[in-house]
Amino acid sequence: MTADGFQMLLEGAWITVWISLLAIALGVPLGLLFSLIRVSRLPVLSQIITLYVSVGRATPLITLVLFLFVALPAIGLDIDKYTASVLTLTLNTASFNTEIWRSTYLSFPKSQIEAAQAMGMTRGLYFRRIMLPQMFYTALPALLNEMTFLIKASPAIAVVGIVDLTRVTNRIASQTYEPLPPIIIAGVIYMLSIGSLVRLQRVLEDRRKRYASA
Amino acid sequence: MSDWDIIIQEWPRFANGFLNSVVLFVASTIGAFVLGGLMVNGLRSSRSIVRRAFHFYVDGLRMLPFLIFVYLLYYGLPSFGIKLDAWTAGLLGLVIYHSAYVAEILRGSWDQLPNGQSESAQACGFYGIKMFRRIILPQLILNTAPILGNQLIYMLKDTAFLMIITVQELTYAASSVQSMYFVPLQPFIIAIALYWAVSLLIEGLVALVHRTAKERGFGQT
Repeated sequence: MTADGFQMLLEGAWITVWISLLAIALGVPLGLLFSLIRVSRLPVLSQIITLYVSVGRATPLITLVLFLFVALPAIGLDIDKYTASVLTLTLNTASFNTEIWRSTYLSFPKSQIEAAQAMGMTRGLYFRRIMLPQMFYTALPALLNEMTFLIKASPAIAVVGIVDLTRVTNRIASQTYEPLPPIIIAGVIYMLSIGSLVRLQRVLEDRRKRYASA
Repeated sequence: MSDWDIIIQEWPRFANGFLNSVVLFVASTIGAFVLGGLMVNGLRSSRSIVRRAFHFYVDGLRMLPFLIFVYLLYYGLPSFGIKLDAWTAGLLGLVIYHSAYVAEILRGSWDQLPNGQSESAQACGFYGIKMFRRIILPQLILNTAPILGNQLIYMLKDTAFLMIITVQELTYAASSVQSMYFVPLQPFIIAIALYWAVSLLIEGLVALVHRTAKERGFGQT
């Protein structure tokens, strides 16, 4: 492989990184919002979210990205392939994050809520000051786990013409006629980034166990 | 002709794609469970070198995106003179990749199983494969039904990646109808609805297994 090939790989990696990060940054708070709608049992909206989560976790990313890329312009929303990709990854990860946030919310100790109410805190105040910070730490390992799944599913966006870290290996191979080296290097880059997220997840879980036992 | 008429006219294409997806899914589920069931014994080998090798392999695979692994099989192996067609590479990829996840799920559950289980099985004359198959494995599966169900849904979704290496599964069918007739919405709505239906079926089966497990005192999760 040539220096040119390496540069292409890095460019592909950068596209995977920024699209994934953007989807995570949008998908985590969106999941929180959706989970709150679900646990508050808002009529209609809550049912829509339940349906969205069920369909969302069953839909392959590749099908969803093709659908959005073709369907949205057809109904008058002009989007490019990058917007379609970010939207796809966000919608997908948000459906998983909704369930993570929801189970975190439901497992929150009642005694703390009662104590906060006894102190005269209003609902919004104790949610913000008491529940949310703790929920964040409880949910973090599961959220990180979902992020690794997002990265592993991200090569799907190549199907609408984005040259990400996976697709770029085809481009390099078509120049060098040696497909194996770029695929292996791309694989190693994926393993390093996913591996560091997994490691972070383990560290956080260990720390939480220590706090819980202390 | 309305867009839905085109869908009805092209229905055989969808049926064929869906059938291919289901065949891939079912075949790879069976393969991944058999291979994963074998590998979990490696993950718990009493020889530390064997155990470490299996852990290294399983953890490595789980850090790789499925598509990159399929690329390795489909585009990479010909460098060693092994040329697989798209279908074989796809099926092999699904089985090998997901067996790593299945093995890891089963290992997590086996680690929690009291030692007395295998000791009393041995006292009753169960050894080796027979003990694993009759005593250990059923408990592992009953204990982990919901997690295994999630894995099955990931496996179903991963079959769609195979359209990139030209396997003619459901998403491939939807995409070809879409580009042939320029119908933007319906083909993918049909495809998504079918994937959803299969996943509901999986969830129903898992709930059934989970309920049986609970009745028999299994399934802490």
